Amino acid sequence: MEDSSKVIHAIYTDDDVLMAAVKKVKAERYHIEEIYTPFPVHGLDKAMGLAPTRIAIASFLYGCVGLTVAIVMMNFIMIKDWPQNIGGKPSFSYIENMPAFVPIMFELTVFFAAHLMVITFYLRSKMWPFKKAENPDVRTTDDHFLMEIAAAHNVDEQFDILRNTGAVEITLIDKAH
Amino acid sequence: MYTISNRLKIFSIILIVLGALGVAVGFMTSHKTLDEVKTMLAEEHSAHGGGHGVASESHDVTSMDHNETTHEAEETNHSESAHTEGTEESAMHTDAMSSTSEEHADDDAHNASGEEHSNLEHSEAGHDEHAAHVQEQMAKRPWSALYVAAFFFMMIALGALAFYAIQIAAQAGWSPLLFRIMEGITAYLLPGAIIVVAIALGSHFIGHHNEIFIWMNEDVVKDDKLIQGKSGWLNITGFTIRAIIFIGGWCLYRHFARKFSIAQDNAEEGDNRNFKKAFRISAGFLVFYIYTESMMAWDWIMSVDPHWFSTLFGWYVFASMVVSAVTVIAMTTMYLKGKGVLPQVNDSHIHDLAKFMFGFSIFWTYLWFSQFMLIWYSNIPEEVTYFVTRINDYKLPFFGMLVMNFIFPLLMLMNSDYKRINWFVIMAGIVILFGHYIDIFNMIMPATVGDRWFIGIPEIGSILLFGGLFLLVVFTALTKAPLVAKRNPFIHESEHFHY
Repeated sequence: MEDSSKVIHAIYTDDDVLMAAVKKVKAERYHIEEIYTPFPVHGLDKAMGLAPTRIAIASFLYGCVGLTVAIVMMNFIMIKDWPQNIGGKPSFSYIENMPAFVPIMFELTVFFAAHLMVITFYLRSKMWPFKKAENPDVRTTDDHFLMEIAAAHNVDEQFDILRNTGAVEITLIDKAH
Repeated sequence: MYTISNRLKIFSIILIVLGALGVAVGFMTSHKTLDEVKTMLAEEHSAHGGGHGVASESHDVTSMDHNETTHEAEETNHSESAHTEGTEESAMHTDAMSSTSEEHADDDAHNASGEEHSNLEHSEAGHDEHAAHVQEQMAKRPWSALYVAAFFFMMIALGALAFYAIQIAAQAGWSPLLFRIMEGITAYLLPGAIIVVAIALGSHFIGHHNEIFIWMNEDVVKDDKLIQGKSGWLNITGFTIRAIIFIGGWCLYRHFARKFSIAQDNAEEGDNRNFKKAFRISAGFLVFYIYTESMMAWDWIMSVDPHWFSTLFGWYVFASMVVSAVTVIAMTTMYLKGKGVLPQVNDSHIHDLAKFMFGFSIFWTYLWFSQFMLIWYSNIPEEVTYFVTRINDYKLPFFGMLVMNFIFPLLMLMNSDYKRINWFVIMAGIVILFGHYIDIFNMIMPATVGDRWFIGIPEIGSILLFGGLFLLVVFTALTKAPLVAKRNPFIHESEHFHY
């Protein structure tokens, strides 16, 4: 495509209209670059055909890491390094004194799973403090929905389709500036 | 309307007949004379291993000066891996949890030919007493097996009733489609609970010295200051009256909730009076339930160990109850959906039930561990004996149930996709149900049969007997009303429920 830097912004004011528009645009086989909404629209990811998230799998693995850290740490400190008799608790082997370690094992599992998952989310969504906001239209954080489509040769035809889906505003944007 | 298939009916009748045969065999083989028990004990003792007698003779519980040879002989006999160093050993002996000293004392008592020990324990009188104790334990086994299975199935019905009341009181939008299934399962509550109490009382009134609840035995109470102190609560009259109140209250709620639910089916458009009535009595019932369930747990389970007490026991039993109930609700739903009589039930309903199975399994583990860890940690002798007997004599069921009730559901039901696969949920459900049977087994058996336990003909027979009865009652009740509640205000939401 010669005009690959050109995109069309179609603005909607209702999430139901937006959903119908997404289905129409998908049916016309135009590529949706991005959709900006002020709140999560249930089912939008399915309509757009986005791949399901794998963050839960990542979180499970982080939890396993946390559990391992807890076990290795306490096995070294309490059993290997200085197996002191503290109030008669058996410190001969890890398993003998394990019930006392379970609260820490649990908490570290949750801690690792939660925090590393959040950090993963930030990295994958490219979010951090002082990041420049990527917002094509300020109204999309309040009450407007914006669909961004790559402009093809037949821009006029694309405009017609989008107008028929109920868009209130359609503009051709040149991103390469 | 659902009609019970002949195959299911015949299947459950076969289960009942087989189970009844198993129970009968259990009762016929359990009552032995004192001489028979003595011969059996002697045989067991001689088969216990050659070097054992030598090792335990030279073993003195109180002294710490073990020589290395005795020590090693002991290790091979008892396979106590913790015995490695002399200092460690002395620490182990003072530790109530290991209780090796008790074991040795017990072994010495068996060993009538021990030359070094010539105290009273080793006389013939002591030996007779031990044989009489074992005889009692064996006599209690078929009763306990019957009781464990009866309680297990009763608890499923009771848990389903509590879950049902919670769904109504919470005005859940996803579950009204499953109300008739829950109502069907709760139909077993009345016969099931009556059977439980009948077995508890029957074990006292029928036969001699085979009561499941030792506090019902006057001869024992006569010499037991602790039980005497509790006799204000633990007496047969009080037990019976409380049981009548519990069962009466639960079944009264069940009767009216079912009545209002069916009346709502035939109500006119916009007439929600029956729905509102059901809402009110459900809220009231939940208050009644949480008190009576806790007291029921003291009466029907905790008092098998009348010397022991635990404050969160009622909750622990509740967790076991509700997870089994949700599992049975899910399995029944999937069975009926497989038969094609519940077309509106979709994967999302199964997904929700599987989430409850997962969540309540973890809740059960949380309570199990809270109870275990607090008692293990403080190690107060009067409390800790409960777990000492379980860990010494019931190692496999005690820790095996933890695998079945926690680790297995945790790993199997964590994935969101797996919770939508019916056969996957069924397989997980079977393991959870077996796990919670073992849980009840671990609560009752150590107090009644002690180390004379086995999962054999009496236990399996009892499971089959009450399992068959449960199936028959539940599926008969399911035929009595349409499987989908028609005019429930939330039924449409439930039909279109989508997760």
